[in-house]
Amino acid sequence: MEDSIDIQNSWLSKTESDIIFSSRIRLARNMMDLPFPSRADDSQKKEILKKVNANWFNTELLNDCQFIEMQTLSNLDKQVFLERHLVSNEHIVDGDGKGLIVSDNQEISIMINEEDHLRMQVITSGFNLQKCWRLLSGIDEYFNKQFSFAFLPDLGYLTACPTNLGTAMRASCMMHLPGLILTKRINKVLELLAKISFTIRGFFGEGTQALGNFFQISNQSSLGFSEEEIVENLEGVINQVKKQEEDARLILSKKQNLQVEDSIWRALGILRNARMINSQEALSHLSLLFLGVDLGIINDNDFFGICNARKLVFSLLLIIQPAHLQLAKGKVLKEKERDCVRAEILREKLKK
Amino acid sequence: MLCNICHKNLATVHFTEIVSDEIVEMHICQDCSKSKKKELIGSVDIFDFIKKENKEKNDSLPKCNICGISYQEFKKNGLLGCARCYSGFRKQLLPLLKKIHSRTWHVGKSHFLDEKQAVAKMTVGKLREQLNRAISLEEYEEASKLRDKIKIIEKDA
Repeated sequence: MEDSIDIQNSWLSKTESDIIFSSRIRLARNMMDLPFPSRADDSQKKEILKKVNANWFNTELLNDCQFIEMQTLSNLDKQVFLERHLVSNEHIVDGDGKGLIVSDNQEISIMINEEDHLRMQVITSGFNLQKCWRLLSGIDEYFNKQFSFAFLPDLGYLTACPTNLGTAMRASCMMHLPGLILTKRINKVLELLAKISFTIRGFFGEGTQALGNFFQISNQSSLGFSEEEIVENLEGVINQVKKQEEDARLILSKKQNLQVEDSIWRALGILRNARMINSQEALSHLSLLFLGVDLGIINDNDFFGICNARKLVFSLLLIIQPAHLQLAKGKVLKEKERDCVRAEILREKLKK
Repeated sequence: MLCNICHKNLATVHFTEIVSDEIVEMHICQDCSKSKKKELIGSVDIFDFIKKENKEKNDSLPKCNICGISYQEFKKNGLLGCARCYSGFRKQLLPLLKKIHSRTWHVGKSHFLDEKQAVAKMTVGKLREQLNRAISLEEYEEASKLRDKIKIIEKDA
């Protein structure tokens, strides 16, 4: 367990892009002759878990992975996995018969018995959908040789929910769009995306709010397009949104330079001095800090002893999440205690 | 002529659509055309799709003979019970898939085909999209040509 939640060598420790934070692709797969997890009884779920556990490791692609039964994890560990986007909300409630294969660098995660028998994902930092697809496609090839997956020639891979049918692929990018928010252009962009059948979600995916100006953009249709087309279409859309964000930032730096600069320094002031802060407020200030680093308003010299401001802010986005705070403190904390610890850690990390 | 959907009012709107690969001529009344129009605009939520579908069809709702789930249960929680449901509920699911994905023909990865079959499948998928377009533009001559092409490729593969 200790190894698997080490942040140092995870993809989360790298940041390459300022607007596109991370890229992710997932595929859903089901065994032909067993009911989908929501309909499977305990012994059938165990059978699936056993099947996967007996067959997953004969490939170099999954060399650095481990197999975990969800019920063996503490609530805190589960929450940490959730905050790292390695499992879904649904996967951490009622862990019976659920499993997870996760790589040391946490780029690969495979949920077993979530909504579908297998939910395989690859997640990387920056704008790297092609890399995600190459790796995930290889893993999929491997599993296709091990199992006979549910498939019909005209409908493709069969999934528990018809919204995932066909390629059973969902590709997404996490974007940081403070410029579009501050210039109040975001709604237009979101409307347009919805019109061309792309889905926009919050920081933690399905059913979550947009926190700290972070948005997850993904394909809506999984049927009738090839995997490569889905990736290319999403790339096109992400590039467009990125361009819009860059334009917005240009306008901000020309027209509202002082206001923006002021709010960025104020955000740093609050983070450096607060004694209690909830994660929502912390995220919104960290978002401004990130913008400050991107625009060159805040630079490396503004942080004592830290050579890479971008890296620091990026790591803070994760460290301030509830489960990560408790992991750092080594004990379960109540909400109020968390707010204090969060403020304490932020003060410590951001001191001059 | 009476409306094909409600069977009560006089049909004043006439159009053609594809339901499970068949060209179907629809004649519907003003009221039904409004709900039909709304439904074509579509959204992401599976329950929206299902609800709209619910209104239209109150005919017999089958059960999957493998996992035992009824179509009614699927409508409740949006999840099918097993892979065979797709065969059992095919008739009900196809219009739903059209609304969700706007396409009903898989053109992606397939592990059951050799290369020749895979190419044929891709081609058929593309031709089907063209066929749909031709029909929506009421180019029936073009549509019948495309349909013949598809038939030939499918026979060979």
